[in-house]
Amino acid sequence: MQEPIISFKDYTYHYRSQAEPTIHNINLEINKGERIIIVGPSGCGKSTLAHCLNGLNPFSYPGESTGSLTICGIEAGKAGIFELSQFVGTVLQDTDGQFIGMTVLEDIAFSMENDCVPQEEMIKRTHAEAEKVSLVEKLEAAPHELSGGQKQRVSMAGVMINKVPVLLFDEPLANLDPAAGRDAIELIDHLQKDGEKTVVIIEHRLEDAMHMGADRIILMENGRIINDSAPEDLFLSDKLIKAGIREPLYLTALKYAGIQLSKDMHVERMQELSLNDSHKEQIRKWYEERRAKAPGKERPEVLRAEGIHFGYTPEKENLSDISFSIKEGEMVSIVGKNGAGKSTMAKLLCGFEKPGQGMLYYQGRDMSGDTIKERAAHIGYVMQNPNQMISKPMIFEEVALSLTLQKLPEEEIKERVYETLKICGLYEFRNWPVNALSYGQKKRVTIASILVAKPQILILDEPTAGQDFRHYTEIMEFLKELNEKGITVLMITHDMHLMLEYTSRSLVFADGKKIADTTPEALFADPELLKRASLKETSLYELAKRCGLPAENYIRAFIEYDREVRA
Amino acid sequence: MSATLSYIKKDSPIHRLTGSTKFIFFLIWSIAAMITYDTRILIAMFLMGVVFFVISGLKWKDIRFAVLFMIWLIVINLIALFVFSPEQGVEIYGTRHELVHLFWRYSIVVEEFFYLFNFMMKYLAVIPAALLFILATNPSEFAASLNKIGVSYKVGYSVAIALRYIPDVQRDFHDISQAQQARGIDLSKKDKMTARLKNSAAILFPLVLSSLQRIEVISNAMELRGFGKNKKRTWIVERPFKKGDYIALLIAIVMLAVSAWFMVLNGGRYYNPFV
Repeated sequence: MQEPIISFKDYTYHYRSQAEPTIHNINLEINKGERIIIVGPSGCGKSTLAHCLNGLNPFSYPGESTGSLTICGIEAGKAGIFELSQFVGTVLQDTDGQFIGMTVLEDIAFSMENDCVPQEEMIKRTHAEAEKVSLVEKLEAAPHELSGGQKQRVSMAGVMINKVPVLLFDEPLANLDPAAGRDAIELIDHLQKDGEKTVVIIEHRLEDAMHMGADRIILMENGRIINDSAPEDLFLSDKLIKAGIREPLYLTALKYAGIQLSKDMHVERMQELSLNDSHKEQIRKWYEERRAKAPGKERPEVLRAEGIHFGYTPEKENLSDISFSIKEGEMVSIVGKNGAGKSTMAKLLCGFEKPGQGMLYYQGRDMSGDTIKERAAHIGYVMQNPNQMISKPMIFEEVALSLTLQKLPEEEIKERVYETLKICGLYEFRNWPVNALSYGQKKRVTIASILVAKPQILILDEPTAGQDFRHYTEIMEFLKELNEKGITVLMITHDMHLMLEYTSRSLVFADGKKIADTTPEALFADPELLKRASLKETSLYELAKRCGLPAENYIRAFIEYDREVRA
Repeated sequence: MSATLSYIKKDSPIHRLTGSTKFIFFLIWSIAAMITYDTRILIAMFLMGVVFFVISGLKWKDIRFAVLFMIWLIVINLIALFVFSPEQGVEIYGTRHELVHLFWRYSIVVEEFFYLFNFMMKYLAVIPAALLFILATNPSEFAASLNKIGVSYKVGYSVAIALRYIPDVQRDFHDISQAQQARGIDLSKKDKMTARLKNSAAILFPLVLSSLQRIEVISNAMELRGFGKNKKRTWIVERPFKKGDYIALLIAIVMLAVSAWFMVLNGGRYYNPFV
């Protein structure tokens, strides 16, 4: 039996700035060549664990550790961040932020430059590494010329160039669209087999991370490991659901159909799932019972775009000929690749930019003469990153900001802010400073600060990016409540679950054009359209196909049932 | 048209020079222009500068805004010089050829205008070299070239990274200000000064927060890949000195020498055509 490449023994880490240790009594051994996925809700300690592996703890985030952690036979506590970087290569979550060099070439070579490798050798090795991640054509490109997936590949090449035995991925899927995420997992799989690497992936999108399988899944909660087993053992247990982690959709679908999961079904991946005839029969039976219901009633229109053309510069059109209509009380997702024009469309609706051609109507009235401020009275816009919106230190002040600026009487402000805080579940925090809140709560504060102005339409840019399942559900249920109160909600998103579970319609953008306006279930039953939108098929589609059911209707039945169950 | 100057990728003999060459050339060239007021040298330097610019393949429209802006500054500078010391030229050249008397102590004196002309030429002699350094030096090479002349690579790299983040921060600023305007923050000139200052805090606060976040990510990414491990580092974009580099530096040194030699010949910094 060989020595494990990473070994935690009774390891505890306590940040200097925290009252309590963040991870407790970790015992974990990882062998050479294994692929490990670490999951857990936000704040469970999985990032801390990663930072202990790559040396950011205690180098950048000081703290004390007890117990022992050895990596490739070296005591991690005694080695510095530089020594550890010889063994553990880290790819961070933020694809933009971690791009150091001015071009792909420089970024891949960055660590060699720091090692004083002679130039000739650097050039040779950089080319070889770029080849492995198929970026040779892009060596001279600057970061803004690359897609998110390409940037991530640059980062991978940049850490692998050191021939590190361990690759550590910190939420590699969080900033990628679903298709790019799938490609990333396939590339990781390929690189691992090719280079005999040990791979540790931290990710809460478990189904996507499991796309190419894993040897073990480590589940963490409250700073402790609560599961360390092969994927199928975990999937057959109820530990994921108890910890608030989303299990793969096909498993949920099987359970809804009343199928008892068992070891011989190979539940770890959709591709390996084996269903016998009686299983398929059960799914079909469930489907027949759940046949789609009648569509909802017609509602009045609140927003209409007609033949919109727009370009930031005269040379390039970022949006061409966009038309759509949004009905009152709808919940619509706007989907498509990065740079397809989704955010630009939102900016036009808010009046941040003016269309070159075309008309925008709010409740049938032409909006083109309205200023940003006037539009904001009807259309609220919530940015993706709450840190980019919050401008006051206290929650009350932040939510009250737009009312204070309107110079409303103090009593009215207080009343409206309290009312909004209650709706948003933030009332008990009303006198708290903003920075005492979690990311998800900050997001709520930003939504509250917009809602307080009573807009009829809410536009949100990636409302659930980087959120674990619990916070995702929290935010989305909250938006659903608002929607049920009559507020129309438009969401720009990559999140397939969000589209399926919460929106009744999807506008699909590609290369500045609207290529589809359809239901999410129809979208996910159309592989060609999915590809153009840079989305990927869900396992439900695969499941429906295997049972010979019409995918669109099956997905709709699943979603409706799922909503009932979760409500 | 662009209001900001930044690297423009092209392939020309100037672009092929190493960053360090361009930087050192710019320094020597500036010294040569600074030490002398000799009209002949300054005109020669300006003309050579124009030739270098043509060789670089850059276009007038790339620099139009910057050049017009600098000319405006120079004109203001010249007017100020004239207003404060209208007889400076007479003092320098020792003769006085008055053409027209204007009013009070101001006249059009040939010596004064010759002095002002030389003063302007000093700027014009340096501007092409400066623009070329900015527009034809790959920012990646910028850190490497600072490092080569003895600046710590950490300093050089921080400067380069800061330069690179300017567009990102600009974009953040733009996004934040739009979102804040939608909340009713008025940034137009309608409001009073104090109110506008207070309102801009509503943009700066989130801007600083999100920039700090950016810094945390990039510094982690850099440390994880061994930045700061050794006293030295190598540079993949660094190019070896070629013939062109030696020629360029030779031109600069000869220019400096000629400029200094003319100082000896003229017996001072000024070339005096009046005696």
